[in-house]
Amino acid sequence: MITLGHYLGVAAILFVLGVLGIFLNRRNVILMLMAIELILLAVNINLVAFSAYLGDLTGQVFAMFVLTVAAAEAAIGLAILVIFFRRRGSIAVDDANRMRG
Amino acid sequence: MIGIFAFYLFATLTILSGILVIFARNPVHSVLWLIVAFFNAAGLMLLLGAEFIALLLVMVYVGAVAVLFLFIVMMLDIDFAKLRSGFTRNLPIGLLIALVLLAEMLIAITAANSGPLIGDQPASTAQSNLSAMGELMYTRYLVPFELSGIILLVAMIGAIVLTHRDRGDVRGQKIHHQVRRDPEEAIRMTTPESGKGVEL
Repeated sequence: MITLGHYLGVAAILFVLGVLGIFLNRRNVILMLMAIELILLAVNINLVAFSAYLGDLTGQVFAMFVLTVAAAEAAIGLAILVIFFRRRGSIAVDDANRMRG
Repeated sequence: MIGIFAFYLFATLTILSGILVIFARNPVHSVLWLIVAFFNAAGLMLLLGAEFIALLLVMVYVGAVAVLFLFIVMMLDIDFAKLRSGFTRNLPIGLLIALVLLAEMLIAITAANSGPLIGDQPASTAQSNLSAMGELMYTRYLVPFELSGIILLVAMIGAIVLTHRDRGDVRGQKIHHQVRRDPEEAIRMTTPESGKGVEL
């Protein structure tokens, strides 16, 4: 019998994989963005699982909003990446110290 | 029975491709594994009875976001071997944090009493998932729905403004220059002597 816990477990593992990806690929922004997409996917699975568990469609509506924000974030992130590469000739995050932040 | 099998199939494939997204040596392969992960996650959502979100996931992620990632990875000329240099150095601390996070989440999940899923059978009414979602989205969540449209518009304009650049070496058509020209300064009448050229 597949319970809510099974789905939450899958989502938790996927979320942790995303966090691990951010930690491991600290220099590669493209892979960091992909890891963020994995995290948002895990959140979506959680929302849909709870929506099915509670019999309430609100979770699915919010999953759609998360999807919207994820798409916007990917577009803006990659646009920033493109201009960063155009200026510096590299996408290593370590090089992003122009503003001494 | 088939539902349990399908769940484990989709779940293991999602997690495996998630692992491969992070550990693949070639970023192009990472993007392709991301696509596999999204397909299988869409399968999980289909099992939960959320057809609309599942198909939206495939359309938005595989159709748009993954293609955008592939485009960027292939367009930028990046030495990816150099970018991986910190990989092994970050591995211990990353794994430690990941394991702690996973343990916390699994404890939280098992601690909460999770009953059987009611999503296995379709929702109580005869209404399809799509029409129920539409009804909810255009009534109760109308304002957030419109706001998400505005977010997409802002993202689109932002991406265009960020990546657009005026290149000095490209001679584009400048319509206001063309319209502003008048015959007095555009045409010059000369009567050159025979055997001599015209000074421009």
